[in-house]
Amino acid sequence: MTAQKASASLEEIRRGSAELTNAVGLHARPSVKLTQLAKSYQSMISVATEPQGPWIDAKSPVKIMRVKAPKGTTLYFEASGDDAAAAVAALVDLVERRFDEAEEEGHG
Amino acid sequence: MANVGIVIVSHSAKVAEGAADMVRQMVGDEVPLAWAGGNGDGGLGTDVGQILAAIDAAWSEAGVAILVDLGGAETNSEMAVEMLDDARQKRIVICNAPIVEGAVIAATEASGGSPLDIVKQTAEELYPQ
Repeated sequence: MTAQKASASLEEIRRGSAELTNAVGLHARPSVKLTQLAKSYQSMISVATEPQGPWIDAKSPVKIMRVKAPKGTTLYFEASGDDAAAAVAALVDLVERRFDEAEEEGHG
Repeated sequence: MANVGIVIVSHSAKVAEGAADMVRQMVGDEVPLAWAGGNGDGGLGTDVGQILAAIDAAWSEAGVAILVDLGGAETNSEMAVEMLDDARQKRIVICNAPIVEGAVIAATEASGGSPLDIVKQTAEELYPQ
């Protein structure tokens, strides 16, 4: 119990992951939505397509746009800060909701 | 603090309007946005008066980032900026970025509340010179 208390008092890194199941993957519009959502949290938030990284700043629209991850890729999130848990939960939820995109819309 | 505004200046009204449509649909309504394009007679060109009106329409206390296409779009935008008072001039930047992609990226950055210099920097990061 003592060890758990000690670790809880440190700034923990929160982690989460979700698979891209929308048809276009992490293309232009999903990238914009992901960045906007990340920017709405104070925490430092990173994204990767492998569990070990390389990690990319989730708040950078340019860097996220360059990931170009196709459907079927798993996105890994790491966040640290006061609202880290909420940030990771919200980003995982966004991916799982397929970025609220109607699949019949044009690609991108 | 208000979000930075975005102004799109193209020789073609269709390009300018289309780029603005992309910003609205991809980024949303949190960013002031206006465009200027064409010579006013349905032809290609840019017009200082139209650009001034677009800057007014997209004006934000946080400033305005302008995206341009070629030649005259940039020089006429610079001319429009020079016609404004000093206080406003200091809060307007012309981004060295592709007009469509730059507008979407700049607006995305602006929608998160980033200051003008960061909005410009992010737009220019897309395709470094």
